[in-house]
Amino acid sequence: MAAELRIARENLEAPFLKKVAEISGQNVFACYQCGKCSAGCVFGEHMDLLPNQVLRLLQLGDDSVLGARAPWVCAACLACTVRCPKGVDVARIMEAIRQLSLRQGLTPVEMKLDRDFPQIALVGAWRKVSP
Amino acid sequence: MTRLLYFPGCALKDQAKEYEVATLAALAALGYEVQELPRWNCCGTVYALAQDDLMRHVAPVRNLIRVQEAGEDKLLTLCAMCYNTLSRSTHFVQNPENLRRLNAFMDEEEDYAGGVRVLHLLELLSGIGPANLAKAVKRDLSALRIGAYYGCTLLRPREVAVDDPEKPEIMEKILAALGATPVAFPERVECCGAYLTVTKPEAVRLRVGSILLSAAQNGAELLVTACPLCHFNLRERRPLGAPKLPVFYVGEVLAWALGAKPIPEEIARAMGVRG
Ligand code: SF4
Ligand code: SF4
Repeated sequence: MAAELRIARENLEAPFLKKVAEISGQNVFACYQCGKCSAGCVFGEHMDLLPNQVLRLLQLGDDSVLGARAPWVCAACLACTVRCPKGVDVARIMEAIRQLSLRQGLTPVEMKLDRDFPQIALVGAWRKVSP
Repeated sequence: MTRLLYFPGCALKDQAKEYEVATLAALAALGYEVQELPRWNCCGTVYALAQDDLMRHVAPVRNLIRVQEAGEDKLLTLCAMCYNTLSRSTHFVQNPENLRRLNAFMDEEEDYAGGVRVLHLLELLSGIGPANLAKAVKRDLSALRIGAYYGCTLLRPREVAVDDPEKPEIMEKILAALGATPVAFPERVECCGAYLTVTKPEAVRLRVGSILLSAAQNGAELLVTACPLCHFNLRERRPLGAPKLPVFYVGEVLAWALGAKPIPEEIARAMGVRG
């Protein structure tokens, strides 16, 4: 996260933001930072950035969000999506950030295959790390 | 007999076999002739959230084409995850441009024309109605205090929700009609951690502890679910010290009530019902 707040045209029109918008189909500027998504996220305690903070960094065009752990902790449970009063599909934004990493060949999660799993767990987990 | 086309999915042929066996026996008792969808394939497991990725929508839509080929317009699912991916794909292809692109992409298949409705077991039972369900009940389950755990995929996103995503009652109503004693608890709609069980098992363990505690504190003695992944996590990722609630599939309780399957001895004994 940048130490100082910099709002400049080149940040707001950053190419990565256009990609997030295209992959997610969402308008990050619709978010008014109410925090409802974060309040209801049952995985927030494991995230380095809460869902509303992810949205805020995107609004500021801060690409440090691309290296955040939060999207990889997100289980795509869609609690935020059904609760956002502005209709922002936050889970799709998390997916877009994951996809931007994956499509560059980066997979910042580790599979812990310490036991047998049902195939839906394995297929689900692998689909989330497949570009 | 009412004929119904049914999509099992991989889990119901393997580690959730008991869900399929019990439900099919119960549906036969209710007068349904359930037929497995010919040549079904994996539903995709998790719905593709990326807008720009057509490839990931192929698997669920192929199944809808199989329904069309069978001359039907309804598809029954038991697994909550299959329900979610298949049902969402029916919404995806409601956009004519998405449908056109997918049909062009799958050139070895007949075109999908749209119009298949994916139905979850809970919706089917709810449609049968509490009075008709109650009439078919053969066993007294009133001593069973059951917490219905919905998880995510039956309730979210809103367009595929089988009931109000925040305050669902559909499972409780069905359990009550079957003569059991449903117990609603706040965590019934919150995620168990799903496939994070492979990448972040410690986070899943915390979730499962919280769900079990919420259920037990509200008086549940047994949990039911419709999701094989929730079922796995609730049983296998229970943290030390969390309440040890037995976990079953909703179709199993249905089969117990209708006399289509025996109640497991340990449940019958522990809860004072006749097996
Ligand atoms: S709930 Fe919606 S509007 Fe509120 S902070 Fe989250 S994304 Fe923004
Ligand atoms: S979809 Fe992800 S960010 Fe949203 S509430 Fe669920 S885990 Fe949190």
